[in-house]
Amino acid sequence: MTGILRTTNNSQSTEAKRIISVQGINVGFDDKLILENLNLDVDRGEILGVVGASGAGKSVLLRTILGLAKRRSGSMTVFGMDYDRQSRSQLRGIERRWGVLFQHGALYSSLNVIQNIQVPMREHLNLPQSLMNELAMLKIQLVGLHPDAAYKMPSELSGGMIKRAALARALSLDPELLFLDEPTSGLDPIGAAEFDALILKLRDTLGLTVFMVSHDLDSLFSICSNIAALADKKILAKGTLDDMRRLDHPWVQAYFFGTRARRLIAGDL
Amino acid sequence: MIDQDVSGQSNAPSLTVESRADGAYLLLAGSWTINSARSADIVISSFLDDPVRPTGMDLGGVTELDTAGAWLIEKLGRTSGCDRTTVVNVAPLHQILLDAVLQAGVQQTAEYKQQTRWSDFPEEVGRNIVDVIYDIRLLFDLLGATVVGLFSSLLQISKFRGVSMIHQIDRTGLQAVPIIALMSFLIGGIVAQQGAFQLRTFGAEIFVIDLVGVLLLREIGVLLTAIMVAGRSGSAFTAELGSMKMREEIDALKVGGLSPVEVLVVPRVLALVISLPLTTIVSNFSGLAGACLVAWVYSGIEPEAFVAYLREAIALNTFLVGIIKAPFMALIIALVACSEGLQVSGSAESLGRRTTASVVKSIFLVIVVDGIFAIFFGLVGF
Repeated sequence: MTGILRTTNNSQSTEAKRIISVQGINVGFDDKLILENLNLDVDRGEILGVVGASGAGKSVLLRTILGLAKRRSGSMTVFGMDYDRQSRSQLRGIERRWGVLFQHGALYSSLNVIQNIQVPMREHLNLPQSLMNELAMLKIQLVGLHPDAAYKMPSELSGGMIKRAALARALSLDPELLFLDEPTSGLDPIGAAEFDALILKLRDTLGLTVFMVSHDLDSLFSICSNIAALADKKILAKGTLDDMRRLDHPWVQAYFFGTRARRLIAGDL
Repeated sequence: MIDQDVSGQSNAPSLTVESRADGAYLLLAGSWTINSARSADIVISSFLDDPVRPTGMDLGGVTELDTAGAWLIEKLGRTSGCDRTTVVNVAPLHQILLDAVLQAGVQQTAEYKQQTRWSDFPEEVGRNIVDVIYDIRLLFDLLGATVVGLFSSLLQISKFRGVSMIHQIDRTGLQAVPIIALMSFLIGGIVAQQGAFQLRTFGAEIFVIDLVGVLLLREIGVLLTAIMVAGRSGSAFTAELGSMKMREEIDALKVGGLSPVEVLVVPRVLALVISLPLTTIVSNFSGLAGACLVAWVYSGIEPEAFVAYLREAIALNTFLVGIIKAPFMALIIALVACSEGLQVSGSAESLGRRTTASVVKSIFLVIVVDGIFAIFFGLVGF
């Protein structure tokens, strides 16, 4: 009833507004520290865009939250559950509540699109095949793919179609939390705008929380409710676009006051 | 949300029929999400057996809804003949979801089903034969391209990829020495033991040295080495070239004005042609050492006696027969591996299939070539 669909009647008291909470994590490879004492909170229903220079550690942060990269210290809670204190089955429970869109799609190359989308359903739920087919077709059309694409192999798809198919797979279990790694890179501007609109629609209908790593100024301006700037191994600040523009940091200034950014903002006004 | 599905049966999706003034209404309640989709599907299909045709649907009791649940409700509406206009009591957010599902629509395309027909078998056989012919053609194409690439790089020595070749020699030759030496040592020992055991009954145990010397030098040394290299380096070549093909690196070479054959295939073929004879020599010596040890321990033939007798038993040509075959086998292994690698298409499965094919084909061809050489040497009396 609070405007978020997924938890209407039975909004668990244990599950607060905060979906992701990262406290003082250190992540590094060999003797090099990539993220140092980094803090970040993501609230329910938020569309957070993480920006940062190439090599600043955006993808590392994403991979750390997903549990793919090891952190040296610090704590992390997802869905209000402490990551380190979960058993394997509880971790699986967490994993089935989020969907991940990898930068290059990461579709399983030996399965066709509809099979790719059904993998999470098959793995986590016991649904009849006909229902899985229907749900997968629904997801395919929800992300704007043509139904004919369902039986194509990933190697036969174009870059934009791969992105859409991968999003359909990420959405296959109707997740509460969606991770997007550069969702619009490699898409044409029209396709990118459609993609943004789709994510916004999903947020409104499914009450999704979105964690997005993106360079696309268009998406940042048009759909992100909050932006977090990653530089100097930590989150400099998190806030709205205006907050970002007030931030006194050379990279942030260059990013949000560059010619492209200025043109976009001028266009908005 | 999982916990609810497991424990909270109270929240399970339910469907009841209620008679109202304007007709029968379907009352939907509970959580209609993907977690409860299975029970919802059962609820719906059991309802469809009911002869009652409702005039409308009441979603007032629905606590949770996602796209899966929205689709089930949409499907229920379609099959029971309820129009969307007859759906009442929908929460505004649920309405958005229902609209989104309706908009997307589920246009089911007919699933591509492969039907088994009688003509499948001959069709498959024909296809395989054509594939084999195509494969052979491709192999000769690659051989030609390699020779051309080799000559053009010899004419213009700066274009020759020397570093790459040395690197491949290191990987396929030097790094293979320990395993090849160990394997040959064991095989030499085993052959010697078996030979000695059989010959002992005739009192001709000393002839085990003839047996081992001829067998190892002429056949086993080179054959085992070739098979080991095919499994070890051939598979590596296919996997390397295949993953480069998958990631468009081969295309990048082509459009960059570089010939993939010159850059990738020629150094690998040359490296293997150089390193396989050398590893064969290692294998020969190692096998003889194993045989010598077994002869000493098992048959009491002193090493000095073994070496002295061996010099009588074999001549230079025994050694040459084995070593001449090595470059040809290397050529086959490298060409098959590279051609399979270049034929990899997009999927991971295809990479696996090509790597398997590469090893199987090259081992098979190595044995065939060995047989042809055996006939040839037999005829010329070498």
